[in-house]
Amino acid sequence: MKKLINKPEDVVKEELEGMQEAHPDLIRVDIEQQIVIRKDAPIQGKVGVISGGGSGHEPMHGGYVGVGMLDAACPGAVFTSPVPDQMLAATKAVNGGAGVLHIVKNYTGDVLNFEMAAELAEAEGIQVATVVTNDDVAVQDSLYTAGRRGVGVTVLLEKIVGGLAETKAPLEQVAALAKKVNDQGRSMGMALTSCTVPAAGKPTFELGEDEMEIGIGIHGEPGRRRVKLAPANDIVEMLTEPIVEDMGLKAGDQVLAMVNGMGGTPLIELYIVYNALFQILKGKNITIARNLVGNYITSLEMAGTSITLVRLDDELTKYWDAPVHTPALRWAM
Amino acid sequence: MMTNEDTLRWLERVADVLHENREYLTQLDSAIGDADHGINMDRGFTAVRDKFSAMASMDIATQMRTVGSTLVSTVGGASGPLYGTAFLRAGGAAAGKTELAHADVVAMLDAFLGGIVARGKAQPGEKTMVDALTPALAAAKQALTANASLAEITARAAAAAEEGMKATIPMLATKGRASYLGERSIGHQDPGATSSWLMLRSLAEVCANM
Repeated sequence: MKKLINKPEDVVKEELEGMQEAHPDLIRVDIEQQIVIRKDAPIQGKVGVISGGGSGHEPMHGGYVGVGMLDAACPGAVFTSPVPDQMLAATKAVNGGAGVLHIVKNYTGDVLNFEMAAELAEAEGIQVATVVTNDDVAVQDSLYTAGRRGVGVTVLLEKIVGGLAETKAPLEQVAALAKKVNDQGRSMGMALTSCTVPAAGKPTFELGEDEMEIGIGIHGEPGRRRVKLAPANDIVEMLTEPIVEDMGLKAGDQVLAMVNGMGGTPLIELYIVYNALFQILKGKNITIARNLVGNYITSLEMAGTSITLVRLDDELTKYWDAPVHTPALRWAM
Repeated sequence: MMTNEDTLRWLERVADVLHENREYLTQLDSAIGDADHGINMDRGFTAVRDKFSAMASMDIATQMRTVGSTLVSTVGGASGPLYGTAFLRAGGAAAGKTELAHADVVAMLDAFLGGIVARGKAQPGEKTMVDALTPALAAAKQALTANASLAEITARAAAAAEEGMKATIPMLATKGRASYLGERSIGHQDPGATSSWLMLRSLAEVCANM
C-alpha cells in the first residue's frame, strides 16, 4: 500500500487538522467531536444544512462547508458512516432556531445513523427535516435491494439547497427544494481500478489489466457488471444512456452536468469524458447549461469517473448560480 | 444463573474474538461490502473494553446498555445502530435483575434480535445477521422448554447461529450494501451473520465454563 499517510488510524484526524489549518477563514473543525462547522455558525433565523458520511470521498462533505452550501459536515472513519453523536453535535452547532436539514445518502449505515441522530435532536427540541439522496441508476430500486445509492446528486443538491438556505427560507421550503433536486437528478459511475482503505491495507477488489467495473458505488464496493475495457467514448455511452433513459430527458431540456473523477483519474481524461458526454447530449438536443469537471465525490485513489445530470429549471439554476465560498467551490463572491 | 461477572466475562470474550477475527470479517466484507466490518466491530469493542473496569460494578442491564451506547457511538456503518440497538434492548430485558435465570438469558436474546429487526427491518432470508440470530433464538427457546442447562441452551443457540450463518452463502442479498451486487452476492457468507455467530459462540464458551 503506497499512500501519503502516516499511521492508518490517524488518517482522518490528520486530514481534518490539515483542513482547519488550510481554511481558517471558512471552517472551524471540532477534532473531539469530529465535525467540520461553518466558521460563523449558527446563523440566527437560517436553516442549518448538514450532511455527513464516511471519509475518503473528499472534498465531500467537509470541503463543502462554508457560505452558501453546508453549515456542517460529519466525517466518519474511511468509508464508514459517522455516528449519531457527530450528527447531534453538528445539528446543535448549526441550529439558528429555524430548524436543521439533514442530507443523507442512501446507504443503510448513513440512513440508520442519521435516523438515530434525528431522534435525539428532536428529543432536544430541534426540528429536523431529512432528505435522502438516491440518484444512482446502476442499482435497481426494488423490494429486492436496499434501494438506489446516493452519489453525485448529493454534491449538486448541497450547493443548490445551500443557496436557498442562505436567503433564510423556512425549513419546509428548503426541504422541498432538496427533494426536487434529488428527483431531477441521476448518476452512474465506473471504475478502472479499485481503491485501498488505509486500515485494510489492500485493495477492496481486484480488476484485471483489461477489465473495468460498471455501476460502482463510492466505497470501493464492486459494481453491477465487470466488462472488458473499452474506449472512453463507449464508456461514456454506457453511463449516459441509462441516465438519460431513467430521467426521460428530451430534446430541448437543459441540464447541469457533473463529470466527476473518482480520485485517481487525471483531468486530461475527465475532459475527454466531458467531450464524449457533450457530443452525446448534443446529438439528442440536450443543452448542458452548467457543468462541473473535476474531483467532487471521490473514492480514495480509485481511477474512474461518474456522470451526474440534473434537469434544470429557473429555480434550480438561480440557486446553483448563487454565491458560494467553501474550500472546494467558490463563485460569485 | 448468570451473574454480572459472567456477563462481563462474555463481553471480554467477545472483544477478544472480534479482535482476532478482524481480518476475516473484513475479508468477508470485501467480497460483498466495503471492507470495513471487521475494522468497525473491533473499534467498537475496543472502546467497550476501555469500560470493563467500570462495568465490573454495574448490574447486567446497565452493562448491556453501556455496550449498546458505546457501539452506537463508535462503530459507525449499519452495524453500529443495529448492534447498538440490540444491546440497548437486551439491557431493557434484563432490567432490575441481579442474576439471569435460563429464561432471562433467552429473553435477552429475544430482545437482542428484536432490536436488530426494529432498527434494520430485515426479515430472514435477506442475507443478514437476522439469518444467524433467528435460528439461534428458536434453538434457545426449544432447549429452554426442554429444561436444558444454560450451557446446553447457549451451545444449541451457537450451533444454530453457525448453521444460519453458513446458510447465508447461497442467499441473494436484499438488504444493505451487498444488495447492490444483485446476483453477485450469491456464494458469499454474510459478515454480519458471522459476527453474530461469533458473539453467540463466545456466550456458549463462557456458559460451558460456568
